[in-house]
Parts: sequence; C-alpha cells; structure tokens
Amino acid sequence: MRIDKTLLAATIVAGLTMPAAAQEISDDVVKIGILNDQSGVYADFGGKWSVAAAEMAVEDFGGTVLDKPIELINADHQNKPDIASNIAREWYDTQQVDAIMELTTSSVALAVQGLSKEKGKIDIVTGAATTELTGKQCSPYGFHWAYDTHALAVGTGGALVKAGGDTWFFLTADYAFGYSLEEQTGNFVKENGGEVLGSVRHPLASNDFSSFLLQAQSSGAKVIGLANAGLDTANAIKQAAEFGIVQGGQKLAALLFTLAEVHGLGAESAQGLNLTEGWYWDQNDDNRKFGERFMEKTGRMPNMIQAGTYSAVLSYLKAVKAAGTDETKAVAAKLHELPVEDVFAKNGKVQENGRMVYDMYLFQVKKPDEMKGDWDYYNEVATVPGSDAFLSVENSGCDVSQYAK
Amino acid sequence: MSSLTDTGAAQVESRERQKAHARQRSLARIGLIIAVIAVAGLIAAPFFVYPVFIMTVLCFALFATAFNLLLGYAGLLSFGHAAFFGGAAYFTAHAVKVWGWEPLLAILLGAVGAGLMGLVVGFVAIRRQGIYFAMVTLALSQMIYFIFLQAPFTHGEDGIQGVPRGDLLGLVDLNRPLNIYYFVLLIFLVGFYAVWRIVHSPYGHVLQAIRENENRAISLGYRVERYKLGAFVMSATIAGLAGSTKAIVLQIATLTDVAWQMSGEVVLMTLLGGMGTIFGPAVGAALVVTMQNYFATSDVPVTVIVGVIFVLCVLLFRRGIVGEAIRFLKR
Repeated sequence: MRIDKTLLAATIVAGLTMPAAAQEISDDVVKIGILNDQSGVYADFGGKWSVAAAEMAVEDFGGTVLDKPIELINADHQNKPDIASNIAREWYDTQQVDAIMELTTSSVALAVQGLSKEKGKIDIVTGAATTELTGKQCSPYGFHWAYDTHALAVGTGGALVKAGGDTWFFLTADYAFGYSLEEQTGNFVKENGGEVLGSVRHPLASNDFSSFLLQAQSSGAKVIGLANAGLDTANAIKQAAEFGIVQGGQKLAALLFTLAEVHGLGAESAQGLNLTEGWYWDQNDDNRKFGERFMEKTGRMPNMIQAGTYSAVLSYLKAVKAAGTDETKAVAAKLHELPVEDVFAKNGKVQENGRMVYDMYLFQVKKPDEMKGDWDYYNEVATVPGSDAFLSVENSGCDVSQYAK
Repeated sequence: MSSLTDTGAAQVESRERQKAHARQRSLARIGLIIAVIAVAGLIAAPFFVYPVFIMTVLCFALFATAFNLLLGYAGLLSFGHAAFFGGAAYFTAHAVKVWGWEPLLAILLGAVGAGLMGLVVGFVAIRRQGIYFAMVTLALSQMIYFIFLQAPFTHGEDGIQGVPRGDLLGLVDLNRPLNIYYFVLLIFLVGFYAVWRIVHSPYGHVLQAIRENENRAISLGYRVERYKLGAFVMSATIAGLAGSTKAIVLQIATLTDVAWQMSGEVVLMTLLGGMGTIFGPAVGAALVVTMQNYFATSDVPVTVIVGVIFVLCVLLFRRGIVGEAIRFLKR
C-alpha cells in the first residue's frame, strides 16, 4: 500500500494541531482508492499515470480536508472484474476507503459501481466507456466523469459529418461493444445528413485487417470508422497507413483512442486520424501548465482519462469540504450540486444520473513534419457542446425516481 | 538351494512391501491430520481473514482440484476448462438474476450445465491424445467463449452484474458474511470430497492405469474411452460447481472467467501446487489468488511476480509445492 510522503506529513501535522472543528470525518481520514489496470492492455490508457494525477489533485487541494488527512491508495485489477470486486470489497469493509475512482473497463466499472451502491459508497468512473453506468445500472452514489460511448459517437460521428465527411464505412469489432459504437455513430452520421455505405465485422483481437481495409477503401466512403478498441484499433490504423488510405483522401476515424495510444503508435502511422477526447494539454495556458507539471512528475503528457481522474479526485474533495463531512449521501448531494470548474472541465455540470456533462473535442492527428515537439499531436477540429455530447437524464434510461432521498 | 533363495527373496520382498505399506499408511495418516487441521482452520478463518477473499480462494481451489482430477489422475491436459468454469457462472448468474431462482438450485443448474458442455467437448476431444487433445479442447472452448461473447443474455463485455445472493432455500440470508462463508465452505468440502472419493475408488485406479499406460489398460479389457469421458464430465461438472459458486460470491459473471487465459491460469495453479496430489492444486490456487490480490497494490506488475515464481517453481521443485513435500516425507 503506497502512501504519499506529503500525505504522511499532512497526517502528522493534522495529528499535532488536533483541530477543534466538530466536523464528521469517519475514521479521521478521507481515503480514496484508485483501482485500474496497471499491467495489462490499458496500462497507458489510465494506469499508474492516473494514480499520479490523483496524487497531484490531493497536493493541489492541500493534503487535508476539514483538517483531516487525505490518503490515496491504489491497486492493479489486472483487467479482471473478480479481482477488482474482491479488492473493492476489502477496501470498503476493512480499510475504511470512502470512495473508489478511475475503474478502467466496463465490466470492472459496473461491478464496482454495483458494489458501491450496495455498500452506500461513492464511485467516480473515468476509465470506462459504457453508458450503462449512468443508464440502467446508475447509482445515486455513482458518477461518470471523462467520456462515454455516446460522447465518442456524437463527437466523431456527428462533428465529422459537419466537417464534410458525409459518407461512412465501418470496421466493426464483432461483439456488443463494437455493434453499439457502430450503431450509435451511424445514427449521428445519418442525423447530420450523412450516409453509411456499409460495414464489415472483424473478429476480436485480429492481426490482419487487409481484406477489411480493402473493402473499406473500395467502398469509396469519405470516412472509415473504426468501431473497435485498444490493439484492434492500433493494428487497423497501422495497416491503413501501409495501404495509404489517408494519403488516398479517405479519413480515418477512431472511436475510442486517446493521446496515450497515439503516442504509442507514433505520428507516422497515426497522422490524419480523427478522434474525440475531452481534454488536450495544448488547448490553453491552464492546460499547458497542468500538462507540464504532469510531464515533470511522470515524463509524459496526460490524456483525458488521467486529467479526468485529477478532476474527479479534486471534485470529490471539494464536495467533502462543502458538505462538512465524508458521509456518502451528503457528499453525493454536493457532487450533484456543485459546478465542476477545474483544469479538466471548464464548465462542467453533474446530472442527476451521475453523468458529468462538459464539452468534448474532435481532434485530428498532425503530420509528423507539422509537429513542433514530442507530444504535439493534435489539431482541434471542432468543439462538441456537452449538452449534445451526453445523454440527458430522460434519455439515459436511469430511473432517478428510485433514488432514496 | 534355488528354492531357499527364492523364499529368501520372497521374504525380503514381502518385508519391503510391508514397509512400503507402513509408509503409505503413515503418509495417509499425515494427510488425514493435515486435512483435519485445514478444515478446522477454514472454519475459524473468517474471524481472522477477510471472508470474501477466502471464498474466492475456495472457489479457485475447487476449480483447480477439478482440473487436477483430469490432468493429475487421468493424464489429460485440457486447455479449455475455463469454458466450464465461466459458463457455469453465466448460467447461475442468469438463473438467479433474471429467473429469480433460489441460489442452491441455480448453482446446481450451473454445475449440470457445465457437465453437459463437458460431455459434448469431451466426446470430441478424447478421440485424440496428447497435444492434439489439448488443442481440441482449446478450440472448442474458444467456440464456447465466442458464444458467450455474442449471446444477448451475457451482455457482452459488460458481463452479468449485480447478481443477488438471495436466501438459501428461502431460509438463510446469504448477504450476511458468515452465512455465505459457511455455505461456500460446505460446497467446497463436498466438491473436494467428491474428487477424493473418485480418485480413491476402483474407477480412479483404472484412470491412473490409463495415465500410466493406455495401451496396457486397453489390452486388459478396459474401455478406455468411456473412462476418459467419465473423468472429463466429472471434472467439468465440479469446475462448473466452482464457477457457479464464484458467481454468487462475487455477484458477477464476466468474460474473464471463460477466456483462454483462465484455462492457462488453472494449469499454473495445478503445477505450482503439485499435479496429481490431492492438496496440491488447492495450495497452488491459494497461492496464485493471494498473489493476484495482495500484489495488486505493489509497484511491480503482478504478472511479472507470478511469472517469476512459476519459473522458480519449475526450476527448483518440479513436482510442485505439495509434490515436493510428499517426496520429502517419503524419504
């Protein structure tokens, strides 16, 4: 179990000064657990870097809340929901953890959110995509920061059509996640006056995309949408580069891809790729300052998952402070009520179903010769207003009336 | 003269045999003592260790034990056991969550479902031997994996979430930690005892004969294929029992349990603990699950630690932990 030195110092200081305030903090410590994949395929997507972002949030908050120390712990769930569930239970039952955050991959996020709901604890998801988290399986104490499949579909589907990409062909991973991405994106393409010319399904964890890419190429569609994730997307992009698809005038749109994956792939292969993210370090001075601090600490720039985790931790601490306690219901109420204004979300609001609504952006990866520095990857193409990017409470499928007040 | 030396040799031999028997008996006695201590320890354990963690260990221990029935005693390396473990978890989770079944009944459904899958997979696989057998089981389990990936009731990569634990037989509230703990312990002991009985029955001895020399077993008139298929189905059923129970304990059923990595993990557990020993796989499972959970918070990636330990195990004690311990006691 890792405890930050600053936190330790904060603990000692807090112990010495012994606050007179009669505020209620259970066990005299606010404990936040970061649970994500640190050794598997999502190790760069969130991973240890999310933990570093969370540490920065605690530092920026001052190390204490209501004169009580803040403690961060983290664990690697190895992409296994059963390990995640086991660790989360143990954290809640025996380690006095007050909230669990990050939670990369849908099956893990849903499992831990279900558990948190049952135990009456707060969870804030930044690393998982499924809209179920704030839909049918929503929780009064569950929050979804950063992105979801709907926002990605609106961003990449809708905004790209407006930017001229009005005929589409999909390369879809042959399982539920792929279908839902294809369907949602396809809907936004059509809503905005675009047309879906066709799609082809490839098996999960494919190595050879050549026949699928050739079909996509010969379809004549302006945009080739990659409705898949992780290694599949990376492989498809690499092979598309070999086929000269982007040079041939077609656009490549990845539906789930972040700065970390672009960096992993390199600008040579990823150039011209369109993707949606909620945050980029080179958008404004605030972001640049945060990015540079993060760079100093970790040697890399954060993506929306890591910056989102920073925001989630910070917002939680603000809510604890505003509520004057770390009691779940009071903090959840404050989280719903307070606006989210930090380096990540400039003007965020939390809906009743737990969805944090803020603006997303459509980016295009630069050509290698346009890059000015190591992490200078994106050109901003369009802004997707939060109200478009995310489902409203009514459309989310979350029955907020069941929340016990 | 020759008759004298013969009787002398016979006497020496019978004395040797008696000694061997005595050693066997003392080993059996040690085994019994260890078993009693282990059961007593497990009964007391939830007061000292976090119960959900021990329950997870018990589920995996039962899974590895079932796998060992096939690998250790029948000499069949199945590389598709995750299909039975994870498949049963899906059946149970669906029965409890959607159909509102009573947990014990749902667990039995999972085990029977796994047994039926085992019958189909086994029927095809036992026609081949060695590496071909392993490949056939792998191929069929991958097919089963894709069915679970695609079938609507499994919810794809989201998995079946929030499975209610319910009331056992409508009487015992399984949401209370101690209730569910003793329920799981009971299932584990029943499954474990079943494997022990199978191994020590005449049927089990025939299995071991097949493992040692299949052609000789055939020439002695045993219908080897039936014995193998029987072992395969029993192993699949008990693996299913373990998977079903895990679905109730952790309240989820996901693709992780049916993926081929899980089939590899159970091989690892069995080899670490000691293939072909009764307690070995359980020890191996406990070790692997403990590492996965307690090294999750360390700075070194868990997979690296597990890998290093596996390599050390293979290099230093090839019979596995329990296998080496038995050899040490026999000396």
